Amino acid sequence: MTTLAPPLAFDTARDLAALPALALRVRERILHLATGGGCFVGASLSCADLLVHLYTRVLQVTPGTLTDPGRDYLFLSKGHDVPALYATFVELGFLAPARLSDHLSTRDSIYWHPNRAVPGVEFHSGSLGHLLSVALGVAYDIRLRGGTNRVFVVLGDGELDEGSIWEACLVASALQLDNLIAVVDRNEFQANVRTEELIPLEPLPAKFRAFGWACRTVDGHCFERLEEAFADLPAEPGRPTVVVARTVRGKGCPSLEARADRWFVDLQPEELAACLTELHGGSFGDVAIEGRVVR
Amino acid sequence: MSHTPPSYQAALAALASANPDLIVMTAENRAPIRHLPAALGPRFVDVGICEQTLIGAAAGLALRGRTPVVHALAAFLTMRAFEFIRTDVGIGGLPVKLIGYIPGFLSEANGPTHQAIEDVALMRGIPGMQVVCPADGEELAAALPAIVASPAPCYVRYNPLPPEVPHVTPFTLGRAEVISEGQAGGVALLTYGFLLREAARAAALLAERGVPVRLVDLRTLAPIDEAAIVAAAGAADLLVTIEDHFATGGLYSIVAEVLLSHGVCCRVHPISLGASWFKPALLPEVLDYEGFTGARLAARVLAAWR
Repeated sequence: MTTLAPPLAFDTARDLAALPALALRVRERILHLATGGGCFVGASLSCADLLVHLYTRVLQVTPGTLTDPGRDYLFLSKGHDVPALYATFVELGFLAPARLSDHLSTRDSIYWHPNRAVPGVEFHSGSLGHLLSVALGVAYDIRLRGGTNRVFVVLGDGELDEGSIWEACLVASALQLDNLIAVVDRNEFQANVRTEELIPLEPLPAKFRAFGWACRTVDGHCFERLEEAFADLPAEPGRPTVVVARTVRGKGCPSLEARADRWFVDLQPEELAACLTELHGGSFGDVAIEGRVVR
Repeated sequence: MSHTPPSYQAALAALASANPDLIVMTAENRAPIRHLPAALGPRFVDVGICEQTLIGAAAGLALRGRTPVVHALAAFLTMRAFEFIRTDVGIGGLPVKLIGYIPGFLSEANGPTHQAIEDVALMRGIPGMQVVCPADGEELAAALPAIVASPAPCYVRYNPLPPEVPHVTPFTLGRAEVISEGQAGGVALLTYGFLLREAARAAALLAERGVPVRLVDLRTLAPIDEAAIVAAAGAADLLVTIEDHFATGGLYSIVAEVLLSHGVCCRVHPISLGASWFKPALLPEVLDYEGFTGARLAARVLAAWR
């Protein structure tokens, strides 16, 4: 079994130049979490760069300010990508690495969807279409108290089917909550089907703009572009901002990428080793993964 | 010396004035809180007709230390937004106060879309959720400080009707009020909400017929006053539950659960809604049609008692 190196110091990890290496380590951790019962690996790999970028370059929050009312908030509304969040938390020192060894065990609360027993998790999710509304309430309260901190919400693109998302879009726009920033992990997949083949979302930026939001689109795997997308927020004063980040499901492991049947994967040890090889630019080889995919 | 009890709106305004963390929210149902926007400014939030976002946003405000008191029609609040209440407020254990307008028969002529007659079952099925069903506007206003002060989430069957039955004990969350003691060999009427009025009329008619009646206003259905139910079982030959709610999951179910868990065996007769939604009409006609006027209740109790 491949072992993982200990996390870097928080400040060292925040350098823009350090992010590709940091994201690689986050992906390694995600793949490790896809063993012994598995996890939603496709969505986790697609938003890994987003979460790494947000927590290192954008969010005003540190391991020492996780409960400070003046922190920036991030709500993970598409909860099944929580391995990416936990891996990021471990790499940035929010979470002790040893806790991830109790993934899917009653010994801890590290399961397939986020919950507040894990420091840094702002709210539980799993049921889609909830946290834009919750974040809206937080953003409203921050404004009411005269705070300058911001509230980010990571949404899945499949999640945009939920009517409650568009309710919250209307309300956030009506309340002019420009301290609210939604980030769409636009990996083009629902759970099992491509979004455009089932419930087409495009033109997605136009939909958000029609609901009164300012919209930016970005390559969700390019840190230089993400740096620009998250600069000078809000994108327009008086409007909530949405950043539509174009991503690839399963990003980093070509044998997992952009495949409907790689939503949830339970990797066997030889498959983990092959995926890690692939992650580092090597070949997946002839390891059969087909029989190990569940859900 | 006359004393006019405060209205719900006045009671809520007073609490909001004393507590800067209280936020009043609504899904565009403003009738009973019409003066609060001017009084509260940005602490009054109307999200429009979207109950799910109402609840989600209330949960977010509660995460920031606020106590949101949210208002919507009981049917849409408890059912349209049920999963948000269960998942955001319930799992979160957040002090969001849910005020459901026109519950039960109080939806009158709106029709079955607006009939919340499964709301108690749904709300008490959420762990930690308190359920308060005031008998009248005075009891509602009296209950409000305790509801707001509690760290638990709470569902309230909003009832602004004027009091008809004088209250004999101050409101305490989780405690029933025994209006009359009754006698051994008699019946015990257990009820909640505005039907206390009709139950009291029935009790008077039964007394005229020589039937001793113990009359209990449950007030809070979660947590339930188990002792009051067990005591009623010991004090009467027949318990009758009276509620504008489906028999499933309401007071009849609660009484059955409590008696079973205490190993108490007694006769319990439900007067509730069963097979379908009630006939929409103005309240007096609904009560007569469905058999819930004092006179109709007395006749139904008498038939069960004999």
